[in-house]
Amino acid sequence: MHELSVAATMVDLAVEEAARLGAVRIHALHLRLGRLSGIVKEALIFSWDAACQGTALEGANLVIEDIPAAIYCGGCDTERELQSIQHFVCAVCGASSVEIVRGGELEIAALEIE
Amino acid sequence: MMGTPRLVEIRQNVLKQNDLLARNLRQRFNDAGVMVISLVSSPGAGKTLFLEKTLAALSSQYRVAALVGDLATENDASRLARTQAPVRQITTGTVCHLEAAMVERALEGWNLSDLDFLFVENVGNLVCPSSYDLGENLRLVLMSVTEGEDKPLKYPTIFNSADIAVITKIDLASAVEFDLQAALCSIESVRPGMHVIEVSAKTGDGMEAWYQTLRPHQIKKREITEQAK
Repeated sequence: MHELSVAATMVDLAVEEAARLGAVRIHALHLRLGRLSGIVKEALIFSWDAACQGTALEGANLVIEDIPAAIYCGGCDTERELQSIQHFVCAVCGASSVEIVRGGELEIAALEIE
Repeated sequence: MMGTPRLVEIRQNVLKQNDLLARNLRQRFNDAGVMVISLVSSPGAGKTLFLEKTLAALSSQYRVAALVGDLATENDASRLARTQAPVRQITTGTVCHLEAAMVERALEGWNLSDLDFLFVENVGNLVCPSSYDLGENLRLVLMSVTEGEDKPLKYPTIFNSADIAVITKIDLASAVEFDLQAALCSIESVRPGMHVIEVSAKTGDGMEAWYQTLRPHQIKKREITEQAK
């Protein structure tokens, strides 16, 4: 359960960015969250309000874009989304792969400010 | 009056500070020629005994040291100190995992070039440590035979972030009717091609194979560091 400390880091980064951008208000933070990030989405949402309290982000929305995990399949020579992170195999040809091309994201994509 | 909100693209990795610190640590480890191995597992999988035996066995030929993370108590450090290797405890308080900054702080005053192997035992936890790079060269994930063959399927992210899987307490396998093939299939499913070692730190079974796995890494590392000089 490290989502609260992750949320606090997100708030710190957002406050810093918003100040740099000269924002007077932060309406929302857009997050890209990969399936392999090790972060539990529900726990992060649960921690969000507490992390925002008493900061410039108080009342700001957390908008999460889920990023599915994807591997590179050598057999098909292309990227393939994983059907499940418990099975690192190509959904089309069935070949296994450890080459992760997407899914580790824990990234602030954008801020909605004014 | 309310202004109109505008969307400003930021694209910032939330854990960038940890990643940056970890990268610096990795560079320091490489420059010093020390091979750094971290250990993650659930609580009670046998990390500390595995490490105790490893330190004792390697110390006749190599210069070894260890950092051990726990929420509280210095018990593990005291246990490991019996091996005569330099050991430091990192007590994280309420934090459920180690971060690069904690490792960096714990290393203060140690001359890394005096070491061949540095082991970093993470807090017992199969979830949170997966997000944090510690600058290690090799990450071991341990699971004991008492935990069930499907552990990798339950915690795919941590197995995926690790390089080697160690199945511990193999001496208890038949008593708990552990199905080794099923466990190997689970590991293969979440991390195809993952190197797996089966050990009993208590009886010593499989430990020699583990030491043999480590040796080439250290020899290669020394060569690279010497060439750079």
